[in-house]
Amino acid sequence: METVTMTLVQHPELYLECYSVTPDLFAGKSLAEIADLPAHEGKIVWKLGDFFKFDGKSGATAAETRIIVNGDVHKMKRFGQQMTAGEILINSAADMYVGCWMRGGKITVKGNADAFLGIAMEGGEITVEGDATNHVGSAYRGDWRGMSGGLIRVKGKAGNDIGTAMTGGTIIIEGDAFIHVLTHADGGTVIIKGDVEGRVGGQMVKGDAYVLGKILYPLPGFKKVATVEKECDGQTYTFDQYIGDLGERKGKKKGEVIYGNIYLKA
Amino acid sequence: MSELIIKNGYVFDPISGIKGDKADIAIKDGKIVDKVSAKAKSIDANGKTVMAGGVDIHTHVVGPKVNLGREMRPEDKLFRGSVRGGIVKQGKRMEMGFSIPSTWKTGYSYARLGYTYVNEAAMPPLMAPHVHEEIRDTPIIDISAMPVFGNNWFCLEYLKNKEIENNAAYIAWLLKATYGVGIKCVNPGGTEAWAWGENCVNIHDPVPYFDITPAEIIKGLIESNEYLGLPHSLHLHGNNLGNPGNYTDTLDTLKLAEGYKAKNKFGRTQVIHNTHLQFHSYKGNSWGTFGSAAKEVMDYVNKADNITIDLGCVTLDETTTMTADGPFEHHLQSLNHLKWANCDVELETGSGIVPFVYDKDSAVVGIQWATGLELGLYAKDMMRVFITTDHPNAGPFTRYPRIIKWLMSNKARLATLDSMKGKAKVIAATDLASMDRELNLYEIAMMTRAGPARALGMSNMYGSLAAGADANIAIYDLDAKKLPTDPELIEEAFSKTAYTIKEGVIVVQGGEIVAEPPNHTVWTKVTMPENTQVMRDIKEKFTKSYTVNLENYAVFDDHVYRPRAIEVDVA
Amino acid sequence: MPKVIENVGCPYCGCSCDDVRVTVSDDGKKVLEVENVCAIGTEIFKHGSSDHRIRKPRLRQPDGSMKDITYEEAIEWTAQHLYKAKKPLMYGFGSTNCEGQAAAARVMETAGGMLDNCATICHGPSFLAIFDNGYPTCTLGEVKNRADVIVYWGSNPAHAHPRHMSRYSIFPRGFFTGKGQKKRTVIVVDPRYTDTANVADIHLRVKQGHDYELFDAFRMVVNGHADDLPDVVADVPKEQILEVAEIMANARFGTTFFGMGLTHSDGRNHNIDIAISLTRDLNKVAKWTIMAMRGHYNIAGPGVVWSWTFGFPYCLDLTKKNYAHMNPGETSSVDMAMRDEVDMFINIGTDAGAHFPIPAVQHLKKHPWVTIDPSINMASEISDLHIPVCICGVDVGGVVYRMDNVPIQFRQVIDPQGLLDDETLLNKIADRLDELNAQGA
Repeated sequence: METVTMTLVQHPELYLECYSVTPDLFAGKSLAEIADLPAHEGKIVWKLGDFFKFDGKSGATAAETRIIVNGDVHKMKRFGQQMTAGEILINSAADMYVGCWMRGGKITVKGNADAFLGIAMEGGEITVEGDATNHVGSAYRGDWRGMSGGLIRVKGKAGNDIGTAMTGGTIIIEGDAFIHVLTHADGGTVIIKGDVEGRVGGQMVKGDAYVLGKILYPLPGFKKVATVEKECDGQTYTFDQYIGDLGERKGKKKGEVIYGNIYLKA
Repeated sequence: MSELIIKNGYVFDPISGIKGDKADIAIKDGKIVDKVSAKAKSIDANGKTVMAGGVDIHTHVVGPKVNLGREMRPEDKLFRGSVRGGIVKQGKRMEMGFSIPSTWKTGYSYARLGYTYVNEAAMPPLMAPHVHEEIRDTPIIDISAMPVFGNNWFCLEYLKNKEIENNAAYIAWLLKATYGVGIKCVNPGGTEAWAWGENCVNIHDPVPYFDITPAEIIKGLIESNEYLGLPHSLHLHGNNLGNPGNYTDTLDTLKLAEGYKAKNKFGRTQVIHNTHLQFHSYKGNSWGTFGSAAKEVMDYVNKADNITIDLGCVTLDETTTMTADGPFEHHLQSLNHLKWANCDVELETGSGIVPFVYDKDSAVVGIQWATGLELGLYAKDMMRVFITTDHPNAGPFTRYPRIIKWLMSNKARLATLDSMKGKAKVIAATDLASMDRELNLYEIAMMTRAGPARALGMSNMYGSLAAGADANIAIYDLDAKKLPTDPELIEEAFSKTAYTIKEGVIVVQGGEIVAEPPNHTVWTKVTMPENTQVMRDIKEKFTKSYTVNLENYAVFDDHVYRPRAIEVDVA
Repeated sequence: MPKVIENVGCPYCGCSCDDVRVTVSDDGKKVLEVENVCAIGTEIFKHGSSDHRIRKPRLRQPDGSMKDITYEEAIEWTAQHLYKAKKPLMYGFGSTNCEGQAAAARVMETAGGMLDNCATICHGPSFLAIFDNGYPTCTLGEVKNRADVIVYWGSNPAHAHPRHMSRYSIFPRGFFTGKGQKKRTVIVVDPRYTDTANVADIHLRVKQGHDYELFDAFRMVVNGHADDLPDVVADVPKEQILEVAEIMANARFGTTFFGMGLTHSDGRNHNIDIAISLTRDLNKVAKWTIMAMRGHYNIAGPGVVWSWTFGFPYCLDLTKKNYAHMNPGETSSVDMAMRDEVDMFINIGTDAGAHFPIPAVQHLKKHPWVTIDPSINMASEISDLHIPVCICGVDVGGVVYRMDNVPIQFRQVIDPQGLLDDETLLNKIADRLDELNAQGA
């Protein structure tokens, strides 16, 4: 694995779209070619080199390329958009769309990440050491195919719309979350280690939510069916199992109705 | 005085009977002429195929339901821009959307395919000003729109009482009020029933309250159409679309045309145009026993020379279904569970929209795909059988080149069939695998321009290279004498014209938009004596039932853009 | 001799009434009388011939005062600033015609900027719900002619849409509804006892911010899980939920009208999304439709026009110039203003100065600010440039879209007396931008 280190030398006046910062686009390029890759600030098309200085070298393929981003890039969006392999380490907070439509590889954000973290993600792994905001691993507007694979771990808290229209993969929020977890989901797993305000599993067809804290306002559409021991992010707990959303349509498998589940720590 | 001459191309023009001979086409002031002066600008079409500009008889490109489809599907635009791997901006405005393109993309895309005139298949009369706003913002291609009548309260009441003359007078009034071109009928009676959550599932299923059957509506609309002598015939989307076993309903519907003869001055021969026949040609009694009835249906169509059809071929894409057949869309969302829009329109019609993924690995989808192609391959008179995808219902119109490839190449059909997971089921439920017919360019020209233009009653203006017609011309990079053995090259050639010429102006060159002259709104102006009874009925309905004032209902003249009237006089 | 103009459209609320009678002076410059219209509509027509109307563009001077300039100077100033800005935003369109909205699309596509309309602070969440779940709706005439059950959920037409109940929903006698109000059941769901609740047969006093739970409860009943209902959901007792669910399921034709109560409480789009889900459920057993109570007479317009132009109804990012992007939360006006993400602002046919959060206005105020509006309002008073234009429906006609997306053709009633309409003004700005772009290229 080779490493390209990009260090911020110039803050954008507005916000910069760093859709070019992916191992896929860096791989096989010289540092000069990488510095020439485009980045939008509004309608102005800059080069990455206008904002960053580059050191190290890229690998021959995305999988062999690691990108380290140094400096305060909280006004920069779209790191790792559609990346398929390799690694990105962001040593500060980042703006919206970290790892959006990501298919593989690994992203670590040392600070906070803004909205649309890992939306419509298909695979790979994202770790945010700070907080996330809204739409973690949710679908793009209108799409019924949300996050379908991979893992998003947020060590802090998150906002609303976590795993909306999710069909697969795992989201772990280690802190609290606000509302709308797994809304419209048709699969996938969301683990909230803190408390949730409410609306967990609304309009959910299927999928699994694990809540280790409290749900302040549970939905009427979930009913308790059992108390079970389950493993959750490497630990085993006793959970009350709720099924639902009883208001939503349900599929059948081998004649048996498949429900969504909420596992609430007993 | 602008002059242009297209030299040495292989010309296919069924209207003048030219079957691929080398010929020159002369153009002066936007019209095709017999000859031009030596000063005429010349285009070398040597080794290329020359046809009239394409004519789409049935497409959904402008209006409220098309636009709600655009609005409700942001994901149809996802990663379709230039840096996102899609089209690069060529014209003045950006091009957005895949299955339901923006108006600008619609105009540019049709022009790139060599089409210059399209017929919007369903205009809710109440929403006509919306349709005309979109026509204004569609570049290059001429557009006409058909108001829908099959669930209109005026028609239901007049036809129940067998008042053909009054019904015809109302239709004439509405064509003027909406700047419409002809009579569209969608799921006759069924959409009115849907306003109560019901449907009319066959032609004898009575319409709630109105006490009339779909069969009576269809016959009444045929009679009204021929009473007026409109350029186009009744344009029909029948009952029970999309369901297994519906081909018997389709045959029952088509048989309603028996005994009727076209009466008009436009050269039209049919009394019914049955649209997107693919969706109406299914056997079986469940999705498990689903099969193609293309042969049964085409055996009838081939015999009945007062009927024309279009195919409605499935393109195997993710697309957006949309139709004035409200109950059908409700049924569809109960099958695929995707988002569903519906809009019932007071006194007139309804509509529904559901996204749909035609997954080639589903056996049902494979059978639908085969059925559409079989209809084309079983056809005998290609002047009565037209290529469509019922855009965007069975797939976007941008796939016409792919349909042409499949119709022209058995190898291409078999390759697609081979790629299907449900191949065995598709082969068992259809005849496609055993059909080796390959259509030729002359037949394609009939199915994509000459035929639809004649069926629309407009072959003196469109779909023709005869002197006097609009100089709408498509030049394809296809050597008619040495067709490529790789069918992909056929698709490629039909995807991007070498040249498209619209009214004498080169609008596409080398597959790219180079000019965008304004289009025309084509409509039918009927002149007939005022019918006081009908005018009284209209006033009453507006006073009592509509929520828009009569004086604001008819499209204001300055809200219609560059109109072009087809004139009809009824004594 | 005063002239009477009939069938005039009213430029106030989303009802877009088209039966107004306006009497104008002989010279066509003054509105003398307005009939068939609510109190608010009357004032708009009267304002059209007010002596206090601004008739010339005004540019702020270094000393803070405003100086009259010509339209040509205003167009040049606006085009130059649009050309220079990295990410200009044009926002508004609560009161413009569709022709103006189409021209605005051209301006911002040419400039490479952001384009948004008042839905962004109003029914934007309804768009998000439509994206995710569709929109089973109808035109208002269907309600008038067929509906026997009417639900107003989180909306108060008695105040916001004065003629809605009388023209379209509760009171009119339509074709299949000859008995009018007598045969209609009216249900109001609102945390407050509003004037609309006052005319309802049933008022469900839902706990503020918990409509989603109540919708979920209705869906459980419709889908056969009534037995699993808790005793109380969102402050509404189970018996009342069962009673109302029964009425809904037995409707011949039902319509739910929803308003800001759903779009502006927690969950926003999800409240409407689940309302749409309930409408879908009810269509298995009855006939149901749903409709957003759009605020202004043509605030449906920009959503319609920009959908055919770009494929998105609002929150448009046109900065890439060759494709459009939309993602509310990122590309929505208030979010961008709060993040200080735009560097020029054009307020058109609305008053962002009054409607946006103060920090958002403070950010926007740091950059060039143009207001295009017939009136003096808070936005115009903090602008660098105020360009007065025709009032749609008074000085200029055009197509507008009613709350049910039915196009209504509005008429001009008085002479604009030299004022430009939005369409003409914006096309002149776009023409100038085309020149600047050509020079720059």
